Amino acid sequence: MLSTRRELPIVRAHQVGKWFSNFQALSGVTLDVLPGEVVCIVGPSGSGKTTFLRCINQLERIDAGSLYLDGELVGYRVEGGVVHRLSEHEIARQRRATGMVFQRFNLFPHMTALENVIEGPVHVLRRTREESVAEAQALLDRVGMELKAGSYPAQLSGGQQQRVAIARALAMHPKLMLFDEPTSALDAELVGEVLTVMRDLAATGMTMVVVTHELNFAREVADKVVFMAEGKVVEVGTPREVLDRPSEPRTRAFLSAVLSGNTEAAA
Amino acid sequence: MVNIDISALPHARPRHYGRWFGATVLLVVLGYIGWAFAVGNIDWNTVREYLFNPRVLRGVAMTIVLSVISMVVGVLIGTLTAIGRTSANPVISAAAAFYTWLFRGAPILLQLLMWYNLALIFPIIGIPGVWEAPTVAVMTPFAAALIAFSLHEGAYTSEVIRSGLLAIDVGQHEAAKSIGMGYALTFRRIVLPQALRVVIPPLGNEFIGLLKMSSLASVVGFLELTGTAQDIYYVNTKIMEMLFVAAVWYLVIVSLFSMLQLWVERRVSRGISSGVKSC
Repeated sequence: MLSTRRELPIVRAHQVGKWFSNFQALSGVTLDVLPGEVVCIVGPSGSGKTTFLRCINQLERIDAGSLYLDGELVGYRVEGGVVHRLSEHEIARQRRATGMVFQRFNLFPHMTALENVIEGPVHVLRRTREESVAEAQALLDRVGMELKAGSYPAQLSGGQQQRVAIARALAMHPKLMLFDEPTSALDAELVGEVLTVMRDLAATGMTMVVVTHELNFAREVADKVVFMAEGKVVEVGTPREVLDRPSEPRTRAFLSAVLSGNTEAAA
Repeated sequence: MVNIDISALPHARPRHYGRWFGATVLLVVLGYIGWAFAVGNIDWNTVREYLFNPRVLRGVAMTIVLSVISMVVGVLIGTLTAIGRTSANPVISAAAAFYTWLFRGAPILLQLLMWYNLALIFPIIGIPGVWEAPTVAVMTPFAAALIAFSLHEGAYTSEVIRSGLLAIDVGQHEAAKSIGMGYALTFRRIVLPQALRVVIPPLGNEFIGLLKMSSLASVVGFLELTGTAQDIYYVNTKIMEMLFVAAVWYLVIVSLFSMLQLWVERRVSRGISSGVKSC
């Protein structure tokens, strides 16, 4: 089913490596994300899944291999066989192809929900305020936050903040949405409302890469599940392949630990 | 053990013996000091007479002008220095650290005198071929005081502002990047507004310190409030009276700026806990 798609991948990672001083956070990560695909990355903490996500929008810089975003080499330019780092300006431009949702929401606390959403369109895309406000209201409506447009983040619950954060990312019209453990900082009863918004977003055909511990969400929504451990991709496949009939013992150990509610043992 | 309900019983009023004692001591001491001033060798009519004397009012204005301009320039220098300190460029961060070290390290009185006497080292200043002037003509008492206080404040406020910048969560920088913001835009729209909330109280403190420190400008002959008071009592010999006039004005100025600070604090704390207004 995956191989029937013939479009260029939005993300193409080839043998990506990343070091934090002496610690190798990623080694030989190879992965394609096709347009419209929802890819869920699962694995124990410290497996490099968040680092990989942060490499895609250049919050981290890769040290080995190559990473393409929408056909462009990410973070570097190769001229005459020599690698040059891109300037901050070029990096900011490349980043605009992606939207990111953080574990800790990271809304701007001095701005209302609406102001958070229009900040990028008005100041980065330089669109008019009226146009941006109209679109932001539509986006807040889409995530069920239209009644809280005038509230500051401190007045919102975690689930509400995360939904505003999703609207803020969507306001930049990204080609790819990145989610870094979007429900991990939420109280259990607030997880559902965020996952519902993400499910709706996936249904619109948005390309998404989601780092998550929500295996049920991955099973239901993902086109592709990636299991990572110790900085490597251990297994890639459909949710059924990876989550129900894992071929690698490392994946089986993680899944059985998660199912018995003991994620620590899995790490 | 008896199952009583304490809300159904009368409550004894707590007696604050310590407070009563403290208040009594304070009143006695204040009363004595007040009495000493009242019967002391002070001519209260002179105080009243000089409080709105045009020369005194001009001194008040000069104190405010010198302090406000020095503070504004100081905060600008301090902001640039704070940004420089956090720069990845080692030349910039070292230069910023050196500046802070130098101008925080030397006494302000000494700095004032050095700027005022700059002509001893640089008799002529300017840009060769474009504009030049003898230093003594340019380095007026006001200019010397302005330069000395601005550079001094710049060094102090840079540390205050740096602490404000460091207080901003790294997630805020990342969120700004994630919506495509560059460094300058992130600083102006995201970091600075949040850092301001943190640094306004210590900056207000700095400014109040500066208002009173500006009295030192009298040593280079700048007639701000204290210098003016001295100038007047050298002639009329009403020393304590004139110092009283100056003290009253300093208290008035500091009170006004403290109120201004409270107002500014409320303005910049939008969205954050105590500053939240009902929406």
